[in-house]
Amino acid sequence: MQTTLGQARPRSLTDRILRGRWIGKVLLIVLLGYAVWAIGRQAIQAPALFVEQVKNGLQLGFVYAMIALGYTMVYGIVRLINFAHGDVFMVGAFVSYFAISRANLHMWLASLAPGLPEGLSLLVGTLTVILLAMVVCAFLAVVIERVAYKPLRTAPRISALITAIGVSFFLEYFGALDFVFSPDFITYVRPFPVQVWYIKGGIHPLVPGSEAPGGSILFSNIFIIIALSSILLLVLLDVIVRRTKVGRAMRAVAYDKPTARLMGINVDGIISITFAIGAALAGAGGVLYAIAFPSIVFWMGIIPGLKAFVAAVLGGIGSIPGAFMGAIIMGQAEALSSAYISTPMRDAIAFAILILVLLVRPTGLLGEVEREKA
Amino acid sequence: MSRRGMMARKLDRNSLLFFGGALLLFAVVQVLISVGVLTDYYSTILRIGAVMAIVSLGLNLIYGFNGQFSLGQWGFYAIGAYAAADLTYRWKLHDASGVAVLLMVVLFVGLALWGLGKLLSKVRGLDILSAFGLYLVAVFAAAYLGVRVGAVLTGPLTAALSALPEALASQIVFVVAVILGGVVAGEVAYLFGLPVLTLGSDYFGIATLGFTIIVKVLLDNSDTMFGFEEMKGARGMIGIPHQTTWAWVFVFLLLVVVITRNLLHSSEGRAMISVREDEIAAKAMGIDVARYKNLAFVVGSVFAGVAGALYAHINGFLHPNNFNFLRSFDPMIIIVFGGLGSVTGTVTAAFAWAILLEGVLRLFLPDGFETWRFVVYPLLLLIMMLLRPSGLLGGVELPFLKQLMPPLKPAAKGPQGAEGGQV
Repeated sequence: MQTTLGQARPRSLTDRILRGRWIGKVLLIVLLGYAVWAIGRQAIQAPALFVEQVKNGLQLGFVYAMIALGYTMVYGIVRLINFAHGDVFMVGAFVSYFAISRANLHMWLASLAPGLPEGLSLLVGTLTVILLAMVVCAFLAVVIERVAYKPLRTAPRISALITAIGVSFFLEYFGALDFVFSPDFITYVRPFPVQVWYIKGGIHPLVPGSEAPGGSILFSNIFIIIALSSILLLVLLDVIVRRTKVGRAMRAVAYDKPTARLMGINVDGIISITFAIGAALAGAGGVLYAIAFPSIVFWMGIIPGLKAFVAAVLGGIGSIPGAFMGAIIMGQAEALSSAYISTPMRDAIAFAILILVLLVRPTGLLGEVEREKA
Repeated sequence: MSRRGMMARKLDRNSLLFFGGALLLFAVVQVLISVGVLTDYYSTILRIGAVMAIVSLGLNLIYGFNGQFSLGQWGFYAIGAYAAADLTYRWKLHDASGVAVLLMVVLFVGLALWGLGKLLSKVRGLDILSAFGLYLVAVFAAAYLGVRVGAVLTGPLTAALSALPEALASQIVFVVAVILGGVVAGEVAYLFGLPVLTLGSDYFGIATLGFTIIVKVLLDNSDTMFGFEEMKGARGMIGIPHQTTWAWVFVFLLLVVVITRNLLHSSEGRAMISVREDEIAAKAMGIDVARYKNLAFVVGSVFAGVAGALYAHINGFLHPNNFNFLRSFDPMIIIVFGGLGSVTGTVTAAFAWAILLEGVLRLFLPDGFETWRFVVYPLLLLIMMLLRPSGLLGGVELPFLKQLMPPLKPAAKGPQGAEGGQV
């Protein structure tokens, strides 16, 4: 904290008592201890419920990870908090809704080749819907980047930030118009029927309308779809960033723009590609989120977008594994705190965790040491 | 000598013009309101504009002049609003417990913060988290003490206030509530800013955003978790007396403008601006960066609290959704629109914002304009950012508010630096 003049003085009594970091450590340990106690006590009483909450947290965490990656990539490359990202996520959900309910896109394989097993054709159909949302969102993000952000690349950062907020408002309230999406909640149509299984001494399918026996762990094909598709996309992203020429160019641009340009990299093109990839992930996240929580509305992107952004900051913004880790932590924090500590307080708890982590590690869990220009 | 004299005269003329103009503006609007030309609807818009001007001036101090990107302004606004509303609401029921308790809590917490600050300034090598923990413990202890002492003082205070004429007493309670709302926000800001202001710019922004969200969640549960039954949690607090007249709003706005101006023209203000310009260079010049960051943050938050308290008494209704974090972008947008670091621009933009969003757009847009309002508004924002990123009045300032730098003198001519005492 505040240091007095740096002369060597005999240390005062208060100085000796207060030196060291034990007070802060005690504070942290007390807080952590409380959380572990509050969760652990009830987890031991009802282990199945606990596992189920962890599963819910994972499900949320995967969706958050998809959004968080877009935030972290864009931030890493242009140092912009892209507030419109959460709304791109919303657009992804709506695009998939219209594709499913109006165009029956999820049925295309089933209608072309009726002989195929239903599960396979619906899986392909669902993946097609996700792909469509990804493409639309990527296109939207490139348009946003070209129209709104690119002219401001040399302007002060606050201008770009205010612009991002403006784009976010625009997407939301333009989407709220009657002839665009809708100002009301819409019940989302899932592209596949829900199938629930329970685990109790083996995996058994749950017949719709019946109750699972007590103490069993429920999971559904929603969880499987979310987990599989997000892991698939994350691995794909990792391959793109690490193994391809575009990924190498992205890392170079993030590291040093002028030098990257001197090396013959098309910096503007790479920035657009970064926006597109991030938005594609967010679009896929939007579809998955809507499948998990089947009620969509024009402002649905705000809170998940914010949570995902917090996840990106928590893991160290600019770091891709950090964003993934932060998202998983945020998902768990949300699920566990709403189950065991306090449901209405879960947002407050999530942000309190963020502030605490930032105080202990100011650049996030996996963040690199600041090389931001003042 | 003669130059000094000239400067002083010029300053006097400027301030005369400024206060004269302000008085004229106030009188014209007041007359229009009294005559009934400006209906209640329009006067509400003006009062909201003034309230937004106060919040935004606070944020301008934090971000525009001190360079700390804060999205927490709306949280402090909420704190001020609910704190003040609770006092006047209770007084409406002839119960001065709110005033007595909050007064004592604020007093004791202030003493605790001050005393601990003095104590800890002697200590070296204390990390932020430990210091924050100590502050937290001290504040909770002081607040508990304050509640206890306040409960004792409630009876005499109620009796004393009841002895006064009804109208006078309620006005006194209102002013005290507004000031206390500001002070509470300031104390919370001090406590919160202590650790968080050490973060880098974007991280600070996110932490303050988190603060706003936490405050909103706490307000949502104010009746169930904290026992403030009258705040009614997520259902919204009703029955707050409508005491924010144009006159009160104007007085507080003028006060805030003058305080901002004088603060910025003092050596503290120059130290704040130097922190914005270059933190490392400021530190090298012997400026206590942490202290000035905290000073700007606290003063800005006091303004936010005062504005919130005034806002609470305009409509007599508060709802946690008014303090949604999305609204915390409003003051940010206003100060960027008006021009960062321009007091004149901020005040103008705040009024323009209130009038445009509420009033004038209604004339241009057909029915159902509420849905279109937020389509047009971000488009305006985008166009503005693309065409004039420095804000409408960036760099423009009324003569009274402009900083009159003493003319540069050769180094030989005696000590000139006011910064010398800041080490």
